[in-house]
Amino acid sequence: MSEAEVTREGVRRQRPGRDAVPGAEGRRRRPGRRRRRGEPTVVPEAEFGSYYGRPIIKPPTWKAADIAGYLFLGGLAGGSSALAAGAELTGRPALARAAKIGALGAISLSTAALIHDLGRPGRFVNMLRVFKPTSPMSVGSWILLGYGPAAGVAAVTDATGLFRRAGRAATGWSALSGAAVTCYTAVLIADTAVPAWHEAYRELPFVFAGSGAASAAGLGLLAAPVCEAAPARGAALFGAALELAAERRMERRLGPLAEPYRAGRAGLLMRAAKVLTIAGAAGAALPAGRSRAGAALCGAALLAGSACLRFGIFEAGRVSATDPHYTVLAQRSDRKAGR
Amino acid sequence: MGFFTDTSVCIGCKACEVACKEWNALPEDGLTFTGMSYDNTGGLGANSWRHVAFIEQRKPLGFQDPGLEYGDYGDVDLLGLTAEAAAAGQTANGEDRGEFRWLMASDVCKHCTHAACLDVCPTGSLFRTEYGTVVVQEDICNGCGYCVPACPYGVIDQRQDDGRVWKCTLCYDRVSDGMEPACAKACPTDSIQYGPLDELRERAARRVERLHEAGVEDARLYGHDPGDGVGGDGAFFLLLDEPEVYGLPPDPVVTTRDLPSMWRHAGAAALTLLGGIATVYATTRGRR
Repeated sequence: MSEAEVTREGVRRQRPGRDAVPGAEGRRRRPGRRRRRGEPTVVPEAEFGSYYGRPIIKPPTWKAADIAGYLFLGGLAGGSSALAAGAELTGRPALARAAKIGALGAISLSTAALIHDLGRPGRFVNMLRVFKPTSPMSVGSWILLGYGPAAGVAAVTDATGLFRRAGRAATGWSALSGAAVTCYTAVLIADTAVPAWHEAYRELPFVFAGSGAASAAGLGLLAAPVCEAAPARGAALFGAALELAAERRMERRLGPLAEPYRAGRAGLLMRAAKVLTIAGAAGAALPAGRSRAGAALCGAALLAGSACLRFGIFEAGRVSATDPHYTVLAQRSDRKAGR
Repeated sequence: MGFFTDTSVCIGCKACEVACKEWNALPEDGLTFTGMSYDNTGGLGANSWRHVAFIEQRKPLGFQDPGLEYGDYGDVDLLGLTAEAAAAGQTANGEDRGEFRWLMASDVCKHCTHAACLDVCPTGSLFRTEYGTVVVQEDICNGCGYCVPACPYGVIDQRQDDGRVWKCTLCYDRVSDGMEPACAKACPTDSIQYGPLDELRERAARRVERLHEAGVEDARLYGHDPGDGVGGDGAFFLLLDEPEVYGLPPDPVVTTRDLPSMWRHAGAAALTLLGGIATVYATTRGRR
């Protein structure tokens, strides 16, 4: 079809207007024809609110084991680095070593999960082509690049006893950037059209921060000797309290949109996370948590709770994206609130 | 440049789907039947850049009269299509057919002014062209899939076998050569129109007015407003019902709109984490 041109003589090659009107043809009716038969309908027709129930937005193509696993391991690594820095400053070498090695292990595994999700290792390099502040994944790649090597240096210098000063600096830096690793992942998933994630963007970082602290505490309880694990017990209480409070606030504010967090497999995972986290933190606070076996049990519960939380949040997002009901609900309520 | 898709004249022929596949050499989606309507494509995806939706509704469209009873056929009702048979609303087995309409609409990538897919792409493989459209460079796409859940319209998708994402390019290659996109070229009813957005918006406004005058109250434009959540779409539509009926989001917002606030919340959470751990160490007395 040609485009219209505005010339001195006026508009040329303008496309013709549209004449057809739906239902306009064949309006002739035979005289005396009854328009309707039978009784008038009492029950109104059911509203057709979606296109055959098909999703409006696309659910994430990410594999749960890779990306939910990445969210969990990233939180564990970041929290552990913060715990390690404190342990080093307050003279708890065994806890510091356990946390540093744990952080390095977790961040290595999480990077592997990320690359596995991309399909080919070479594709990770493309992440570093640009720095894009509008893309949390781009920002995250650079945060990872700033954090990973520091976590590595902190762990290796501690284990080998070489370059102590560089090790201390790396420990401090990994604590700061580790906190960023723990919380940026919340922005990563919130900056999508997935209703259960996007609408929860205010609380998700706090849920992740709490969960990261709780999982790091879990690792500390599991791997460090009981005589040095007092801060891990404290961190378990802090992390669990922060996670549960933020999650409660999130579910309240989401209202009907919180349904995916409560129903089905996601609901099961979220409930398991709550039970495991409360049990782990409470156990660590009790005298029984100071025995070797008790500490290990509490630590394992906290780690499992944090993992369940990430998989639960991931699944809730997937469900909310797959059901057009939630997409429409989120946008219609936005319009009403005048946002 | 952009598309105006006037669904009120779409006849559901799928010529746009086929022309798009042909021109862009898109792989087949697999021969499956959705079993829900004449729509076996289901939705936009990596290999379907145009998708024709078929919506069956028990709603009068106006009175469609084939005019057969006025021809040479006398009173013979050939296919039960005459006005009387339709008005009776009864089939032979007494089932109530009622009044019924079909909505058909060809969906496509919206080429948003504020495009979430482009914003969140970590590699810069999505870019904005000189025509204001949004295109993926497939040699740079690394298959992270971030744009897929970021798109508020659910357009862009990952191709199963190569992991990269694909979507409508608004025929970047054809447009660069002064041709119109393949779908618009193939559309027999001009339901799909291609041109400068200003001109298309004017035409669309006139068309809606005309339909309203003719009593089609439900006619509305969708994605035409540069002040909406995505800054207006490069591909906008004339719809005859609510957007969600067509599988479109009612009020999409670019996902990065709240990003500054998201980063602030994440920063506060990171400080809370560091502060909490520091407090734990400060209040833990002794080594046990």
